[in-house]
Amino acid sequence: MSPTDLAVQEQHTSGSQQRVVNDFSIQVATVNGSGSQTANLVLLRSILLMGVPVSGKNMFPSNIAGLPTWYTIRASKRGYIGRKKEVDFLVAMNPETAKEDVLTLEAGAAVVYDEPLKLNALRNDLIFYPVPFDKLVAPVCPDAKLRRLVRNMIYDGIMAKLLGIDLSLMEKALSKQLGRKAKAVTLNQGALKAGWDYAEANLTKQDPFEIQPMNETAGKILIEGNAAAAIGCMMAGVTVVAWYPITPSSSLCESLIGYMKKYRIDKETGKATFAIVQAEDEIASLGMVIGASWAGARSMTATAGPGISLMGEFAGLAYYAETPAVIFDVQRVGPSTGLPTRTAQGDVLSAAFLSHGDTKHILIIPSSVEECYTMAMDAFDLAERFQTPVFVMMDLDLGMNNWMSDGFKYPEKPIDRGKLLTADALKKLGEWGRYKDVDGDGIPYRTIPGDKMPAYFARGSGHNAKGQYSERPDDYVENMDRLTRKFETARTYVPKPIVDRVAGAKIGLIGFGTSHWAIGESRDQLREETDVKTSYLRLRAYPFTTELGEFIDAHDRLYVIEQNRDAQLLQLMKLEYSPERCAKLRSVLHYNGLPIDARSITDDVLAQEGYEVATKATPRVGAGMTGGE
Amino acid sequence: MAVKLNRIGLEPQIYKGGKTTLCAGCGHNAISERIIDAFFEMGVEPSQVIKLSGIGCSSKSPAYFLGGAHGFNAVHGRMPSVGTGAMMANKKLVAIGISGDGDTGAIGIGQFVHLMRRNLPIIYIIEDNGCYGLTKGQFSPTADLGSKLKTGVVNDLPPIDTCALAIELGATFVARSFSGDKKQLLALLKAALAHRGTVMLDVLSPCVTFNDHEGSTKSYAYVKDHDDPLEEVSFVPFFEDISVDYEPGSTQEVTMHDGSKLYLKKLEEGYDPTDKIGAMKRLHETARRGEFATGLIYIEPDRDDFLEQMNLIDEPLATLPLEKVRPGREALEEIMESLR
Repeated sequence: MSPTDLAVQEQHTSGSQQRVVNDFSIQVATVNGSGSQTANLVLLRSILLMGVPVSGKNMFPSNIAGLPTWYTIRASKRGYIGRKKEVDFLVAMNPETAKEDVLTLEAGAAVVYDEPLKLNALRNDLIFYPVPFDKLVAPVCPDAKLRRLVRNMIYDGIMAKLLGIDLSLMEKALSKQLGRKAKAVTLNQGALKAGWDYAEANLTKQDPFEIQPMNETAGKILIEGNAAAAIGCMMAGVTVVAWYPITPSSSLCESLIGYMKKYRIDKETGKATFAIVQAEDEIASLGMVIGASWAGARSMTATAGPGISLMGEFAGLAYYAETPAVIFDVQRVGPSTGLPTRTAQGDVLSAAFLSHGDTKHILIIPSSVEECYTMAMDAFDLAERFQTPVFVMMDLDLGMNNWMSDGFKYPEKPIDRGKLLTADALKKLGEWGRYKDVDGDGIPYRTIPGDKMPAYFARGSGHNAKGQYSERPDDYVENMDRLTRKFETARTYVPKPIVDRVAGAKIGLIGFGTSHWAIGESRDQLREETDVKTSYLRLRAYPFTTELGEFIDAHDRLYVIEQNRDAQLLQLMKLEYSPERCAKLRSVLHYNGLPIDARSITDDVLAQEGYEVATKATPRVGAGMTGGE
Repeated sequence: MAVKLNRIGLEPQIYKGGKTTLCAGCGHNAISERIIDAFFEMGVEPSQVIKLSGIGCSSKSPAYFLGGAHGFNAVHGRMPSVGTGAMMANKKLVAIGISGDGDTGAIGIGQFVHLMRRNLPIIYIIEDNGCYGLTKGQFSPTADLGSKLKTGVVNDLPPIDTCALAIELGATFVARSFSGDKKQLLALLKAALAHRGTVMLDVLSPCVTFNDHEGSTKSYAYVKDHDDPLEEVSFVPFFEDISVDYEPGSTQEVTMHDGSKLYLKKLEEGYDPTDKIGAMKRLHETARRGEFATGLIYIEPDRDDFLEQMNLIDEPLATLPLEKVRPGREALEEIMESLR
């Protein structure tokens, strides 16, 4: 439907002023590069400091400055931190998108807007709060050059007043955000106050949305998944990192550089216990990781889909020559360049089988920032235990958005460096062959250059159990079958799924990664709105463990929920499971570039279950822009 | 008769590798022999050496020397990255990479470029025969303009001069030699082992099967006739107490980072391998004449290598104990607090 159709919806219902407390979403529409990120994070953190569960999602363009960007903040007393589809409160700062932003709101929503935009003329079923931002910013920011940045802080002050956020908590959030930049703090505090004062003097609260103090966020941290993964890598004892900048993974390595410089300089000598190199491309990144791992270092890279494609040949080498490698794939949208600043789970199949010939890889899939941290450590242990690449399948939503979480726990487990040949082991074994399956688990013993153990010639060409060049059919088959055995062993080591079986539930939901948050909320909706009971399995790794097959067996219908077009996880399951199991599998797919939301899942499941789903006029699916290459 | 031992007490036999599977008479085999001699004579511990290669005839050759060293035959054109990773993991290793003209000049030109820029401590050898051997004789990017294939096809693209490129990009030891020149190649290899930083050594190494005919500019006969040595190279390692007498002005003496000395007896007036611009000029002039300037073309003995720039801890990163690589509880708590 065209946006204008929405303008002639039924009259608004603002007469019924039921308060909506701690359960709504705010969308801030600004121009990329205008410094709005600081204002948005301050608003986000101040809600957290009010004790209210909160999440923030940035929908930004592939652009340095000038294109539209949207930031969504969701407060949820029930702790839902997935995306909410509907916008309840709009802050319209971007003239370019303001009209569409307003036209696509649902009736009853509130709008703070820049007065000259005259948005109140567009609809009569919304609540409008005009604010003369330019007039307010001038007195608090004498330097005209800074006004473009500082004016964003004014909407924070307005929102604090309108929503009932404690101004002192917002000031605390501001100090946290700006750190030691005292001048910037003072300047922005002035802007906050100006917004607050303006709202107090000129705006009459008409909307129902309120933030009231709760006690649900004590001790919580706010962190992006990329930074969480970086901390995990550091605690895992990573020593060699090679990377090439690519959205949305760059901030993983950049965070890591920051942390390593702070915490991994040797205290005695002042020297680095790590080497990080920005490589010439993703091919070289993985080549460096493989070389470093072969020489015994814990080594990693981080990339996104296009980088994964480039790494294909090297991934096969690592699989076949059996060198560890940890590869973070922070997934983004699309084949080719796609939507580089939007989120998806579209690399499942390409990562699982990356490279030519018969190749398959271990994938581990975090859902939360906490798992980004713990699974980073798991990834290194698995890569060294199995002497093979391990892909950590994140996505943009997880990697680049701020998530609320409990603080991370210090690792109590020692690290697992896998089967490194020692002098004692060599004595016991008598004879060593690099690719010999001594223990029956498919995992051979390895040596590293400089360790004084027997040397070998690592190669991607055919080799026998001793590591010698071989084109013999029996050697090739023996080696490939051992690699299969090794992969089978991995099933018992990878993170198991998290299963929630509900008594009497005939429907099972299967999901992974960031879909988790929307799935949890959707299950509540299904139960509360239609009495549909569901069990839930959250998958955390490939190869699959036995729990997945058992979960399928225990339910009549299974919905595999994915953020890609081609049902990639479901395809992967079909490769392993019997026709009986496969016949039970259905798909819920979401692939528009925005994080999946509960309502979309609920509606899709209900429709497939034969329910009449209200086809309410879904406003635009989300923030987006066209043109402007 | 007692076998001669080197300075670390090892026999020559230990420096040998597997039996070559390259063609009889292949220049690459001669290079392998010189590598064996150089590593033996310099007394390099084989277990501390890593041999790296890409794909092609040249890249098979690390299997034919230093059997006691670890080797990694990587993917086509990407050996530099594997070597870079390995050296970051363990800076005490001695890295030797063997590439070919296709492996370097075509598929691997990107990684070659960035290896040279980084000045990683590695000896990077191009076994250069101007053609692809394993795929039966196609031209490579170092084939000279007008050079002819056996099939009569004439190369009509200009060659990439890997030495000029390496100098331009920042390599600190750039030399060219000929697989048939035992003396020069051995001296250059020994000097390479004394150098800190990237050694780029382009060795003309004729392909006896696909590129040794009349009309080829990379045949034995052609290279022999057009070899234009810049100097007579002698190398005296730091552990040998030999003094070399020479007439003042006749020889240039270069002190290597480890104290070894290179004596470059001048064959012409005014060539100075520490002069970058002069070196580039000389390369272009020789090429214009259709000749190959061989010997030490350019050297910068004192520049910090890639690993020194990284200020790495003395011990290899690969084997640091957990307490050195996992920050303590207070570090994690400090990070968590900063996020609250």
